[in-house]
Amino acid sequence: MTSEEIYTKLEPIIKTYLPEDVSAKEISRKSDLTRELNINSAHLVDIILDIEDVFNIEFKNEDMEQLRNVDDAILLIKQKTLAI
Amino acid sequence: MKKRVVITGLGVVSPNGVGISAFSEAIKKGVSGIEFLAELRDLKFSCQLGAAPKISEEKKREYLSDLQLRNFNSSGILYGVIAGMDALKDAKIEPAKPEEAPLWDLGIIFGTGISGVDKFREAIHKIDDKNVRRLGSTSVAQTMTSGVSAYLGGLIGAGNMVTANSSACATGTEALLMGYEHIAAGKAKYMLCGSSSDSGPYIWGGFDAMKVTTYKYNDTPNKVAGPMSEDASGFVPGSGAGAYLLESLESAQQRGATIYAEILGGAINNGGQRDGGSMTAPNSAAVQKCISEALKNANVSAAEIDYINGHLTATIKDPDEIENWSIALNRKGNQFPFINSLKGMVGHCLAASGSIEIVSAILQLHEGFIFPNVNCENLHPKIASLISSEKISMKTQKTSLQTIAKASFGFGDVNACAIFKKI
Repeated sequence: MTSEEIYTKLEPIIKTYLPEDVSAKEISRKSDLTRELNINSAHLVDIILDIEDVFNIEFKNEDMEQLRNVDDAILLIKQKTLAI
Repeated sequence: MKKRVVITGLGVVSPNGVGISAFSEAIKKGVSGIEFLAELRDLKFSCQLGAAPKISEEKKREYLSDLQLRNFNSSGILYGVIAGMDALKDAKIEPAKPEEAPLWDLGIIFGTGISGVDKFREAIHKIDDKNVRRLGSTSVAQTMTSGVSAYLGGLIGAGNMVTANSSACATGTEALLMGYEHIAAGKAKYMLCGSSSDSGPYIWGGFDAMKVTTYKYNDTPNKVAGPMSEDASGFVPGSGAGAYLLESLESAQQRGATIYAEILGGAINNGGQRDGGSMTAPNSAAVQKCISEALKNANVSAAEIDYINGHLTATIKDPDEIENWSIALNRKGNQFPFINSLKGMVGHCLAASGSIEIVSAILQLHEGFIFPNVNCENLHPKIASLISSEKISMKTQKTSLQTIAKASFGFGDVNACAIFKKI
């Protein structure tokens, strides 16, 4: 899967957890999920669970520590999907 | 000096009506929210009747965002949020804007018996499947006892004490009295108080097992013998939420708020599970003492009470409750005040019973009517020997009320009694 293909599937997942005053237009590959997009840090675990469902992969605790922005997520997804 | 405390907002999510106007209409007409539930039959419950509020998907979305409703499965929190936000709106108080400071003068006491049992069940299944990592981020918020107050606290931006009390079926009346004390002591200007209870088999099952619910009317849900009836054979389990915005009298007058009633005072005590009291049955001496002390605290004489909103559950304990009121007030026969019980219409809403019933009592005081006792035509002979049957109206009566009493009793031998006056 290319980064673009992954991003297309990832964007709607992230959109779900945006606060009401943040527009989906603000999501970019470099967006920091909690600091820039203002996503409640408690929701990072929900984003991980949604990614697992959509991409049929499973994250480890260590993987979650690396997740800061959208590109981190894409990289993690690439590693996990290749591993399969 | 103690501050005077009034009620300036009401909200209710009741099995027979959601929202104050629908509920007010329903109680005047004696509309029942009790119905047969196939789910309970399939689960082999003895009592296959229940009373649960009806909330549409659109209604949910008026109160909670799509994100909040994602994986949301806690009926009690939903009911509490709707009732609480309605009470705030009714009092014409605006939540703090997202960029503003919290409302430091507004606190919340919203109690429950147990919260989010359906969500908790989901979590238990996942944990037993060795899948704890899949619980998601809201499992705690949806199952904690303070769930309702925490959701409301965020929606409103409450900055004073935000907490949850729990005293079984006395929870709603206790929440009111705790909020009253907090304002009377000058610690807050507004207190949003109330209680809620989940719907469904996992909350009702324990009562079914105890045989305190009725198994006799599964085919005739509109004929369930009501409280004070000789045929009463147990309650129908219910659910929902009631809420009241309490405010200092001076604040309410300053902003020209509608005042439903003044809370004159009240009392909370415990029978110690002694002298006839137990985990599940009340110590009559404690009940009488609670009522007497509520009057004393409110500085009201027993003769001034025009109306009683009873706890009266449609169990064998109803005649004892009437006797306790009669002794505590030293009034009997046709000298006894009017009395009714909402449970004939909405079943026993457990932790939510006190708050939904307080809302019904305040509406009667404010509008000047008494709602009917439903399915109570065959009055219990012991009750008939204590008080005049004309005090237990079977139909709606218009009458001016000035001073009223509400009591709730619960497991653990807890008692709570509040006194209200029209102003």
